[in-house]
Order: sequence, then C-alpha cells, then structure tokens
Amino acid sequence: MATALPTTALQKSTRGRGPGNPRPRRHPLRTAGRTVPLLPATILLAVFLVGPVIASFYGSFTNSALTGAAAQQTHFVGFDNYAQLFRTPDFFKSVLLTVIFLIGSAVIGQNGLGLGLALLMERASRVMRGVVGTFVVTSWVLPEIVAAFAAYAFFHSDGTLNEILGLAGIPGPNWLYSLPMLAVILANIWRGTAFSMLVYSAALSDVPDDVQESAEMDGAGGGKRLVFITLPLIRRSISTNLMLTTLQTLSVFTLIFVMTGGGPGTDSSTLPILAYQQAFKFSQLGLGTAIATILLVVGAVFSVIYLRALKPEVD
Amino acid sequence: MAMTSPSGRHLKWTSNSILALIAVCFALPLLWLLIASFDDHASLTLKWPAHWSLANYQAVLTPNLAYVPLWNSMMISLGCAIITVAVAVLAAYPLSRYRMRLNRPFLYGVLFGTCLPITAMMVPVYSLFVGLNLIDSEPGVVLFMAATSLPMAIWMMKNFMDSVPIVLEEAAWSDGASMMSTLWHVVVPLMRPGIAVVFVFVFVQAWGNFFVPFILLLSPEKFPAAVSIFAFFGQYGSVMYGQLAAFSLVYSVPVLALYVFTSRVLGGGSALAGAVKG
Repeated sequence: MATALPTTALQKSTRGRGPGNPRPRRHPLRTAGRTVPLLPATILLAVFLVGPVIASFYGSFTNSALTGAAAQQTHFVGFDNYAQLFRTPDFFKSVLLTVIFLIGSAVIGQNGLGLGLALLMERASRVMRGVVGTFVVTSWVLPEIVAAFAAYAFFHSDGTLNEILGLAGIPGPNWLYSLPMLAVILANIWRGTAFSMLVYSAALSDVPDDVQESAEMDGAGGGKRLVFITLPLIRRSISTNLMLTTLQTLSVFTLIFVMTGGGPGTDSSTLPILAYQQAFKFSQLGLGTAIATILLVVGAVFSVIYLRALKPEVD
Repeated sequence: MAMTSPSGRHLKWTSNSILALIAVCFALPLLWLLIASFDDHASLTLKWPAHWSLANYQAVLTPNLAYVPLWNSMMISLGCAIITVAVAVLAAYPLSRYRMRLNRPFLYGVLFGTCLPITAMMVPVYSLFVGLNLIDSEPGVVLFMAATSLPMAIWMMKNFMDSVPIVLEEAAWSDGASMMSTLWHVVVPLMRPGIAVVFVFVFVQAWGNFFVPFILLLSPEKFPAAVSIFAFFGQYGSVMYGQLAAFSLVYSVPVLALYVFTSRVLGGGSALAGAVKG
C-alpha cells in the first residue's frame, strides 16, 4: 500500500499500523473500507469547493447573465469575456491597485511591522508586551465587519485621525476620498499584523540564545546580528508568512467594501471588489466570473509555489 | 536574556517607547468603538462622552435589531462548526492512521484548498447556487461555509490526531473493535482539546463571515448579525454611530470570549500558529 511513497517517507513514518496493515495488497476490500470516512469530506469539497472553481472556469467562457435573454439561453462565447475585460480600462487599473495593495499592506506593512513588533517585544518589558499584544491581537480577532467600521470611523474626514492631526495643527485630508488606497492599506495593516507578529514571535523564540551571544562576543552589533544571524535562521517562517499574508490580502473584500466601496469611482477597486461590482452592480456576470477565474489562477499559482517551497510533511 | 548593561537598558527603554506608540495607534480605533457605544451623542471622533449611558444598548437590544440576527449567526456558525468538525474527524482518521496511496494527493489537495482565495470565488459561487436553487437558503450557506473551512480543519485535525499515541488503538483493534468504534471510544476522547480548538477556529470564522451570507442570502429575516449590521449601517449609519458601535460590540463579544478561552484554557494560540507553520 505504501509502494508509491518515497523511502524517506517510509522511514520517517511511525503511522500506518492499522489493523492488519503490514501485509500490503491483501484486502482490496478493506482498503476501500478505509477510504469510506473520507467520503463526506470528499463530497462536500467536490460540490462546494471544486464545483464553484469549475463553474468559474466554465462560466467565464459563456455569456451567462442573471437577468434578460442570456439568463435563459447561456451559450459558449470563447474568450469574449476576457477580451472585453482587457478592453476595460478599469481592469488594468484594478490589477495595479491590487498589486499596490498586496505590496503595501501585506509584504511591507504586515510583514515588516509584524517582524518589527516581534523583535521589539523580545526586548521590551513584560507589561508592554502584554499591552501591545492585546491591542494588536484584538484588532485581528474582531469580526471583519466590525473592524471595517472601526477603521471607517478612524479614517473618516470627521474621524479620530483627523482630530489628532488637527490638534497637531495639520489639516487632515479626507482620507477615504482623496487617499482611499492609503487608507485601506493602513487599515489592512492594522487589521492583519497580528498574524505576522504571532508567526514571527514563535520563530524568534526558536532562535537559540547562544548563537546570538557568541556573535555578540565576536563584536557583531545589533543590526549585523539581525541581518546575518536572526533573519537567515527564520527565513523559512519569513517565506511562509509572506506567502500566507499575500494570499489572505488577495482576498480582502469586506474592509475595502465598507470603508470606500471601491470608490471614489473605482479608485480603490481591487480585483475582488471589481468582480463584485461587475457581477452584481453592472450585471456583467461574465466579466465578474472572468475576474474571479483570474484571481483563482493567481491564487493557485501562489499556493503551488508556497507548497513547493514549504514541502510540508504530508506523510 | 539579562539586560543589565547600560546599552541594554537604553535598548529596552527605546523598545518600550516605540511599542507604546504602536500600541496607541492600534488601540485608537478600538477605543472609539468602545467609548462611542456608551455615548448617546456619539460622533465619528474618539471623545470622552458628556455623560455615559446605556441608551445605545437599550435601543439596539431588541428582537428585530439584534436578537434575531444574533440567533441566525449562532445557528449558521454552530451548524458550520459541527458539520466541519464531524467531517474533519472522520477524514483525518484514515489519513492519520493508514498509509494509503490516496493520502498524499488528498492531503496536497487539502493544503491547496486552504490557500484558495474564497472571496474571489463568490461570483461563480453565486451562479452555482442559482443553478442549484440554493440562493437564500440557510442550509446552503452552512454547507458552503463548512466546505470552505474544511481544508484547514482536516489539516489541523490530522496533525492533532498524529500526536495521539497509537498504542491504545492497537489494544482496541486486537480486541476486535471496528474502525468507527475505535475512533469514537479511543481517539476522540484523547484529542478533545484539539477538537475544541478546531471547533472554535471554525465557529469564529463563520461568526465573522460577512461576504458569504451577504451574497447568498436575500431575506432580511435570515441575515446573520454581520449582514444586518451592514444593513443597519446603510440605513442609519450616518447618524447613529453610538448604536452602530453598541451593536458591533455585542456581536463581537462571543468571538473575543472564545479567543480568550482558547488561548488561556486550551493553549490554542500556539496550536493555531503550529497548524499554520506546517
């Protein structure tokens, strides 16, 4: 039964000693019986996860619509949806906004701030660690719609941020209208940094103290120790976390939807928002589905890179 | 690490000050939520209320406004968590205990599923639900949410199950117990904390989910709290910030309580991080 597995997996594994397991290929019926508990999961995943993915690929090549003539007679239109999508100036703007959002809030913001927080917390007092941890994690644990309202109020032109800027004598801009991308990027950093902070804190606590100490003995300063010792030691966590935060940020919808609605105009419409607007606001189901398919492909590519880089021990 | 040298103390002081600044930035939006909910003349700015009152809570805590949506949230999240945990326990057992050719592709598929951008899929999911005649159906929403949380749940459950020693099961097997009775009587009792962590994880995700019910449900009386808060915001949001904040907090309390419970009682914070680290 294990013949297909690489030998390393065989040696490593301590599992797989089920009843009567050691003799392979003895009871094909028993093997079949053992897969029965997988059935409910397989059915659920097939209908509600694989189903939409197939529907997405298929639907993006048809003229399906929610209302009107096309709703009755859906037929195959080839690459028409994609061609129409690529002719829409909003699409490329949206791709650009999505990339800005990903780099600004996930790669630089959440990862940078998360790593910074984890490093600072190692050196801070216990009380301060507790206080920072509480606020950062609370922002992350709150339901997304509540976090979105809190961020909306904070960045509103009459909100707390402008009040504080006003106290300092700076006239605050109308964040949600004149700088919508900056506002949603900052809000998403606020919302999501906790995850990176937790991952990096766990990674840093695995870095042995004696390595740091001997480097310090050899005269390596704090910055050098960070670049040449700490970061290389936690590089696995960094790549994992970069991938996961990027994937999470790629599918952020509620935060932007509540704060700016993708507006003004389409100035903060990242791809998930654009897909929603095209499908449900402008009844362009085909365009919405095409965007969804593109997002799925991008997500899948990221996932494959992530799985290959991580090589999780599946056995 | 002992920080006794002058430079060490200086470093500690600097770290504390920077952290204090960051803590304030993270706390301000949260504090607005908290204080505005007790201010019957709340605005969008964080300010000390002229007089504290529970008027916002009294206005919001009515059957139509809060209780029915909260009940709906509870039903959807409980249903989703129960289905997910049951299905994940079943699936994790053969994956953890038997070595079959199916394991590797199945687990890779599951891991791949944890990475899919679900939000991106909502347009095709809507089309699919129209096709299956499941629009505006709560069971449909529950099943879809269960399916989306299943990959992560199976992965976590398998990891928890791997750490349950197999010796006791071997005893049960030699006594002639079937796979299902071994799972139910031996394995499940041994991994209750792990099951609780997965349950809470799925429940919290379902409780906080806005986009899925927002797209798939149409009737206001079926809306979970996330969607009805959004509707409330659309109707009165531009005036009644205090009530909005109060409603939001009432809705957030279960999630915050569950988080504290998992991290304190079950040590779930590290368990979640462990599941994510792979």
